[in-house]
Amino acid sequence: MELNVSMINSDKSGSPDIQFDQVTKRYGDVVALDNVSLSVERGEFFSFLGPSGCGKTTSLRLIAGFEQPTQGNVQIGGVSVIGVPPHRRPVNMVFQHYALFPHMNVSDNIGYGLRQRSPKPPKSETYRQVDELLEMVQMSGYGKRRIWELSGGQQQRVALARALINKPTVLLLDEPLAALDRKLRRDMQIELQTLQRDVGITFILVTHDQEEALSMSDRICIMREGCVVQMGSPRDLYDQPSNLYVADFVGKSNFITGSVTNINGRYVTVEDANGRTFVGAPSASASGFSVGVAASIAIRPELIVVSSHNSCAVDMATDVALNGRIKNRIFLGEHTEYLIETDGLGDILVLSPKHIESKRGAFEPGEAVALGWKNAAALALEDS
Amino acid sequence: MAMRLYSVAVYLFLYVPIGIIVLFSFNSGRHASSFEGLSVKWYGKALSNPFVLEALTTSLIIALSAALLSSLMGTAAALALQRIRGPLRAMFDGLIYVAIMIPGIVIGIATLIALVTVFDLLNPVLGALWPADAAPPKLSLGYASVIAAHTLFTMSLVIVLIRARIAGMDRALIEASEDLYASPWRTFLQITLPQLFPAILAGFLLSFTFSFDDFIISFFVAGPNTTLPIYVFSSIRRGITPEVNAIGTMVLGASLTLLIIAQVLLRRREGR
Ligand SMILES: Nc1ncnc2c1ncn2[C@@H]1O[C@H](COP(=O)(O)OP(=O)(O)OP(=O)(O)O)[C@@H](O)[C@H]1O
Ligand SMILES: [Mg+2]
Repeated sequence: MELNVSMINSDKSGSPDIQFDQVTKRYGDVVALDNVSLSVERGEFFSFLGPSGCGKTTSLRLIAGFEQPTQGNVQIGGVSVIGVPPHRRPVNMVFQHYALFPHMNVSDNIGYGLRQRSPKPPKSETYRQVDELLEMVQMSGYGKRRIWELSGGQQQRVALARALINKPTVLLLDEPLAALDRKLRRDMQIELQTLQRDVGITFILVTHDQEEALSMSDRICIMREGCVVQMGSPRDLYDQPSNLYVADFVGKSNFITGSVTNINGRYVTVEDANGRTFVGAPSASASGFSVGVAASIAIRPELIVVSSHNSCAVDMATDVALNGRIKNRIFLGEHTEYLIETDGLGDILVLSPKHIESKRGAFEPGEAVALGWKNAAALALEDS
Repeated sequence: MAMRLYSVAVYLFLYVPIGIIVLFSFNSGRHASSFEGLSVKWYGKALSNPFVLEALTTSLIIALSAALLSSLMGTAAALALQRIRGPLRAMFDGLIYVAIMIPGIVIGIATLIALVTVFDLLNPVLGALWPADAAPPKLSLGYASVIAAHTLFTMSLVIVLIRARIAGMDRALIEASEDLYASPWRTFLQITLPQLFPAILAGFLLSFTFSFDDFIISFFVAGPNTTLPIYVFSSIRRGITPEVNAIGTMVLGASLTLLIIAQVLLRRREGR
């Protein structure tokens, strides 16, 4: 990689691309990041996921150099970047609203990063690389267009190309797809993922869309109010959430809240307000239960089985059996989502796959049904 | 109904005299009392009058210098003010608006008194410092004093225009530039300046128009120089001639054109 001579040298191989050591960032009284430690490996697709105001953008801005940590250390490629200004950091960013330069056309926007290098590469070289990137983001022939003549998706591609032209070690993306419509967003997610594999650059994505994070990332960092709640692969977060907050944030779940009455080797028993007990396996990343503390049992909607009321519940071989009535039905193509009103447990969400539906036929709203799940499918979670 | 009549009257009162000046500038006759036919001969007369041309040159020099100075200094001041916060900034903001609201006559008198006092203090000092065999330079009112007074006033207009533009500018553009390895200075040249340029140009044009049209301040501090408005004023004392109407119409046309250009520049969004 040929970068500015003044660029920090960040090529200590073996060290992670980005590392936060107990980073705290305060804006006056607001604690935007609270003692965050994390590291992002080379070539990883890493996401920050969390609700609005949890400190995702702040994390990116600390990496890009627009903010300095109040406490702690930020490293890029094994080198501390405290006090290093943004133009000397080997990272590039795709801004939330793209921040394309309105007084330049598409080509000049994309080539901007090359023109800042010293020595400046020859014009022909710049043109060649700009054309290459235009092709990569499928915008060949748009070079002479003005920025405001582009659609949202096209602007997004230009912003991406502009950030990639200097072949940064890390690409930062701040909710790059938030402004796009659903279909385009889906397409761009796939394109981004493919692109990341092709160029082999570390991507750090900020999003508050859990589906986006789950579908694209190698690893996700779930944040709340400036703290890291859990970090792990999408699978880990989905199957082994460390607490109620994560389970609620990642995917859909049914929760039964209560308090712990019994713990034996593999299972935790939780008693709800009505005195009914439910059993669940503690999540692998849970920190530990004790009798009497508040806890929840979580069951993913796709792990609940439903059958007609008159068919015998036993033949479903479930540990928990309930009766209910279909309250609402939504066809989702591959799945059908039912909201089932139960006695004592309120409304329960169930996801029924298409192949089962086609054997038996879909349930009608108002129909009485039996439902249940196996204890192994239920997770016992701390309340966070 | 009464309101409507009233506003019609106000507009008539404002624009009819201007209309008459424009109309009579095309009068072929000598007298303002009767319109005798269309002609542009007074324009020719005005433009071949050496006194008019001299006054015009003076006005142009002053207006150009004042506009140049105030757009440069105003831009620099606006950029600097952007960086300070708190009570100091509030104080400067206040002073800028006060400078815009002060009547021209006050600026005229104040600048005149200030300059004359300073000159009276400095001239003896200069005389004493100068070698005996040469005549010491004597500070007096002239081009510099008018340009300074006009710059003082128009600079606050420029600052207000540019501050508005900076406030409307997307901060992310500057961050994007720095993120793409541009140093702060190159970011200023390549991003900030082009973004501010329409406002700077508009400020230049407004300052030019103001300085070119100004009579009151110039009248106080111009010294022996005659600007175009001063020339018009003094020739009116010898009676209104169609030639003066022609000059007035030309000044009006030029000023309106510049003001419209400035408006268009300020309306245009981001570099379009
Ligand atoms: N420049 C600033 N000055 C003061 N407070 C700030 C500043 N920037 C961020 N904050 C505060 O820091 C906290 C974290 O902000 P941040 O922008 O990182 O949130 P976010 O997770 O990106 O949220 P969103 O999803 O809404 O973009 C918020 O409470 C915010 O109000
Ligand atoms: Mg944000």
